[in-house]
Amino acid sequence: MAETVPVKSAGIHRDRFAQLTIYIAAFMVCAAFVWILSDIVRGGVAHLSWSFLVDAPRDAGRAGGIGPILVSTVLVLLVALTAALPLGWMTAALLAEYVSADSTFGSAVRYSLQVLAGVPSIVFGLFGNAFFSIYLGMGFSILSGGLTLACMLLPILVSTGEAGLRAVPDAYRLSAAALGMSRKTTLFHLLLPAAAPSLAAGLLLGIGRAVAETAALLFTSGYVDRMPGSLLDSGRTLAIHIFDLSMNVSGGDASAHASALVLITALLLINIAAMRLTAGWQRRKIVPE
Amino acid sequence: MLWLLCGAAGIAAALVLLILLFLSAESWPALRHISIGRFLNDPSWNPGESMYKLTPMLSGTLYAAGGALLLAIPLGIASALFIAYYASPRGAGIYRHLIELLAGIPSVVYGFWGLTTLVPLINQLHPPGASLLAGILVLTLMILPTIALTAHASLLSVPPDYLRGAAALGISRWGMIRGVALPAAKTGIAAGIILAAGRAIGETMAVLMVTGNVVQHAASLFDPIRTLAANIALEMPYAMGDHRAALFVSGLTLMLLVMMLWSVAAQLGRNRDG
Amino acid sequence: MHGGSEQLRRPASEKTPGKGDGAYTLGPMQAGPVCCDPQPLIQVDNLSLRYGAKTALDNVTLDIYRGCITALIGPSGCGKTSFLSSINRLTDLIPGCRTTGRIRVDGCDIHESACDVQALRQRIGMVFQKPTPFPVSISRNIELPLHERGIKRRADTAAIIEQVLRDVGLWDEVRDRLHASALSLSGGQQQRLCIARALALNPQILLMDEPCSALDPIASGIVEDLIGQLRGRYTIVIVTHNLAQARRIANYAAFFWVGGHAGRLVEFGHCRQIFESPAHELTAAYVNGVRG
Repeated sequence: MAETVPVKSAGIHRDRFAQLTIYIAAFMVCAAFVWILSDIVRGGVAHLSWSFLVDAPRDAGRAGGIGPILVSTVLVLLVALTAALPLGWMTAALLAEYVSADSTFGSAVRYSLQVLAGVPSIVFGLFGNAFFSIYLGMGFSILSGGLTLACMLLPILVSTGEAGLRAVPDAYRLSAAALGMSRKTTLFHLLLPAAAPSLAAGLLLGIGRAVAETAALLFTSGYVDRMPGSLLDSGRTLAIHIFDLSMNVSGGDASAHASALVLITALLLINIAAMRLTAGWQRRKIVPE
Repeated sequence: MLWLLCGAAGIAAALVLLILLFLSAESWPALRHISIGRFLNDPSWNPGESMYKLTPMLSGTLYAAGGALLLAIPLGIASALFIAYYASPRGAGIYRHLIELLAGIPSVVYGFWGLTTLVPLINQLHPPGASLLAGILVLTLMILPTIALTAHASLLSVPPDYLRGAAALGISRWGMIRGVALPAAKTGIAAGIILAAGRAIGETMAVLMVTGNVVQHAASLFDPIRTLAANIALEMPYAMGDHRAALFVSGLTLMLLVMMLWSVAAQLGRNRDG
Repeated sequence: MHGGSEQLRRPASEKTPGKGDGAYTLGPMQAGPVCCDPQPLIQVDNLSLRYGAKTALDNVTLDIYRGCITALIGPSGCGKTSFLSSINRLTDLIPGCRTTGRIRVDGCDIHESACDVQALRQRIGMVFQKPTPFPVSISRNIELPLHERGIKRRADTAAIIEQVLRDVGLWDEVRDRLHASALSLSGGQQQRLCIARALALNPQILLMDEPCSALDPIASGIVEDLIGQLRGRYTIVIVTHNLAQARRIANYAAFFWVGGHAGRLVEFGHCRQIFESPAHELTAAYVNGVRG
């Protein structure tokens, strides 16, 4: 063994150095993650209470709670999902089951969804303001904000839905056809249920994206922090609330911290649930083999 | 049934065109009244006095995105290598999930954290604190997951035979990574980097909250800057007429920039498949 | 109860005993001549089949006789499976696949526009090499195609499910867990469930693509016995690589071979004749080679 050492030593030193660098990089990323989380938790946990979650904000948000803001957030989310889910999943079904992978229409749809996925959220905000708020006359409202978000969610819902449907083994399609089942029955009774975990994971990712969004809502759903009376009222979402407190309200940091803690907790839970679903789905795919 | 599905897909596909249409329509007054040259050559950005110089914001955007890429590319690729080749399976799983969670943190929270933690720290180093540097650091954290996850995905698709072959030749781990794995995965990694660049250019809230928003060409890392996206968010609430149209022009510019980057990335992805 | 369900489905069932050892409660044999007076049910004329530029089957002409078991034998890649899937037009689902020639089932050209492909597939059951139960419950697996056919009343579907599960000898094994996932069954049970699912539509014809090759020897034996039991009630076309199996169960055998980069039919005849006095030397070599 001894005689091989001189030959290899340069390589070994480089190997060690690379390993060390990579471990340091990984450690730094972990440290940054822990740093952010601990800062938010430390700053927010003292201010957090049940009454903070249900009360209305007072004094521009410095005091009081975030009750109406949570309601607005949920309403915006519901509007977005109601619009985006049927559209997204129908498109996914079309792309995965009805058009061949290299058809012109299919690739046009796929390409434009890809572009849509890359559009910056502030640009969605501009579009939502010009189209939903002004052109369609919805004004600054939960409806207009929700529809703007729906446009943002489409690419995620379509791509996860399509991937889920494509992962369903072809044997199911062949057997169903051999049994004389129509494509529609096959899709609704067989393929969509089989792809359900992936659809659900996409749904959760979409919810996460929607709840986190700020820039697209600034000039569509607006800033008003009162309890919304209808979908045509302006409503402030949690993310905008954090932005407003930290930028425009001096002395709002404690509330902002607590709101950030609420937001981040919700998002971590949603994302972990989505990961669980995809992991479980991949496991289940492997087992019956 | 098929027509229903085609209709849905048609709406989804038409959305991009609709967005382009509305951005162009809203930009039109500005493009008609103000020549393109003025966006570059006006003395300053001062919409109240009809001066529409966009270059400082363009430079701010590019500096911030470029700096963030400079930091995030090595960190992201190192993270991907860590998951793929260095960590134990358990460690790799945990680290991967951590990166995914990092990707799920909303930009407003990054911005808020930067504002309350990073900016005071930088302020001690060199006032005012709200600066290009703060923007770069926050953006780095935000685009790192994109680079790490796409790089990991393309490392995974390197045929294991290559790696076994390299190992059988007695090549060290780093030699194998540098000589076999990274070259085989390079187009995928490049596509990921381009996507991350698109994200960095379009990012609004976090950058807006930590960079101070002074319209100027930054002379050092500690100077405050304003990016195109931040400018839109800051001035939209009160912009009227040509000013509003000028903001839509910058939005359209952003969108075209990002679309271009994505097309390049998609092209790379196709070449890899083909 | 059991008798009642049989009555519901096959009112003509006179108390004729099932064929064979009585392990399965099969219905009566179909009346009429079995194989001694061959009546063609499927007539294939000059069938050619291409995947893109590659020809998989070249000019096959073959009659399949009513009520008999016809085995398709030959080496891998000689187009047996393609031949099978073109009978129920499953080849339509394969991108780039084109067929020419004529196939008539019971006198009707299946490529004519008057022929409803869904109805055709309901008349022709198919069983694949790998068991392909749907990832739903055992009973739902059989219900899905029945619903499609318009049989929706609970009592009717329940009766048919019991009947077909008895036909394939699965009833006693799964009667207590009809609502369990079909994926929880063993490989042999899954394959029998797939056969039951095909039988539920009461087809005329059963196409089987190496139904035993993915199963262990015991399960394979059970399924093989079952196929033998189905003779007479259904017209069966079976692809098999197991020559001994073909000999045991088939009335007719068709030998396919790859010639000039495309699958061709070399010889067709009574099973006994193919195995004992093959007319073509390729057939003789194949049959003897594998046997010897």
